Amino acid sequence: MDNLLQLLEGDCTLSKKQLAAMVGTSVERVEEAIRDYEKKGVIQGYKAVIDWDATDREAVTALIEVKVEPQRDNGFDRVAERIYQYEEVESCYLMSGDFDMTVIISGRTLQEVARFVSQKLSTIDAVKSTATHFILKKYKESHLIFKKREKQEEGFVFV
Amino acid sequence: MIDYSKVLNSRISAVPPSGIRKFFDLLEDMPDAISLGIGEPDFPTPWHIRDAGIYSLEKGFTKYSPNAGFSELRRQIARYLQRRFDLRYDPRNEILVTVGGSEGLDLALRCILEPGDEVIIPTPSFVCYGPLVSMSMGVPVYVETKAEDAFRLTAEQLKNAITPRTKALVLPYPCNPTGGIMEKADLEAIAQVLEGTEIMVISDEIYAELTYGGLHHVSIANIPGMRERTFVVNGFSKAFSMTGWRMGYLCAPKELIGSMIKLHQYGIMSAPTTSQYAAIEAMKNGDEDIEDMKKEYDGRRQFLLQGFRDIGLECFEPKGAFYMFPCIKSSGLDSDNFCEKFLLAEQVAVIPGSAFGPGGEGFVRCCYAASMQELATALERMEHFIKHR
Repeated sequence: MDNLLQLLEGDCTLSKKQLAAMVGTSVERVEEAIRDYEKKGVIQGYKAVIDWDATDREAVTALIEVKVEPQRDNGFDRVAERIYQYEEVESCYLMSGDFDMTVIISGRTLQEVARFVSQKLSTIDAVKSTATHFILKKYKESHLIFKKREKQEEGFVFV
Repeated sequence: MIDYSKVLNSRISAVPPSGIRKFFDLLEDMPDAISLGIGEPDFPTPWHIRDAGIYSLEKGFTKYSPNAGFSELRRQIARYLQRRFDLRYDPRNEILVTVGGSEGLDLALRCILEPGDEVIIPTPSFVCYGPLVSMSMGVPVYVETKAEDAFRLTAEQLKNAITPRTKALVLPYPCNPTGGIMEKADLEAIAQVLEGTEIMVISDEIYAELTYGGLHHVSIANIPGMRERTFVVNGFSKAFSMTGWRMGYLCAPKELIGSMIKLHQYGIMSAPTTSQYAAIEAMKNGDEDIEDMKKEYDGRRQFLLQGFRDIGLECFEPKGAFYMFPCIKSSGLDSDNFCEKFLLAEQVAVIPGSAFGPGGEGFVRCCYAASMQELATALERMEHFIKHR
């Protein structure tokens, strides 16, 4: 059962039956474990990884470095909360190093992202400064390479 | 006009063409078919290994290697074999780098066989042994292993197959296509039969890294008294997902290696240089890749085994390699017919057991080195085929 989470992280579309066979237990035990993980918040959700560049939909993603004034009692958590509540924020991390937080946001257009930074993010009191980096091309995300693997010629070989 | 039938070597002409080619021809016109036919890992070679090959090209390492292979590679192979299987071979004169495990098998047979020498081959097993023996003027003697013996070769069977002309025994374990393995006690029983004879053992250990359920591969070369008569054939294809690099090796006492090097140096010269540099990296830093891939195969193995049993197919639990060998006798079809009908009706390619020699009829080989999605779909289609045929 110990690799159930790794299996789900790799591919959450695996059926309960597949998972059960792979970890060597019953379907019921797998269902129970997953319910438990969901309840405890170990499993936060299930999502598809999408390469929007391969579709007609316009999409822009930016990585924003944010410098923050930590607050008495709450440290960074209170500011983080004010940032991550915005729907546009895809991910939000507290960082070590030259800046304090990384905020990843996605929008339809460059303007939309710029508007978010200037009107929403920068206006939060504790935010001292921001540096916005637009992502030009996604090569790989969540271990998935965004490129169709070219196939080698296949012919008759018997092994 | 040249009469080619008179020109061509009769022993080679006598080897029948592969009976399963037709499945591959059919497959070509089925772009959506799922193939569980080819016994090949579905992972690309781990990047750090590919990178080592690329780096060697960048540095301009494009010359011949020594006939026996780069000394660094042979040293690394020796260390790897000791680390993983407790086998001890001297990299200076007991290891030869070959073009895949297949060349190793061919060299071993050719360096010992005289016309009429018999070679005992447990079946069902990989298709190459018999033809290689015949082409070296030997005589293949097939011994049928049974599902009820877990497809192991028993000491009794071996004893019954030995004649004064017996020159060698091929030990194809872990076994393609059955997934059977030989444990230490099984090998000890075989060793008892061989002791005191001059029968050589060609141990094809290409699937040695792929054993499941906490079982570890044991080489017959490690059974007392067997090392002196054993050729250990192994390679990088299955363990490191390196089939196209054509990298294998052969380990044997130096007298035998000395003879095989002659064949190798005149026929092959040396194994490809780029592949050898990649192989050095695999030996030095590839243990984790092996474990990762094995874990993945094991999950698929358990899923497919459970799936076959759920749809009512009798199936031996394979303990090694990456094949499932379910019994399809309940379908009322022979294995060749089963595979053809299954492919045409459900677009899934599996290989008839009959292709793997005596004892294979009534079974089909399914390679589970395929994605979980493919396996799940193949299973659904198998169920549909069996229930609605």
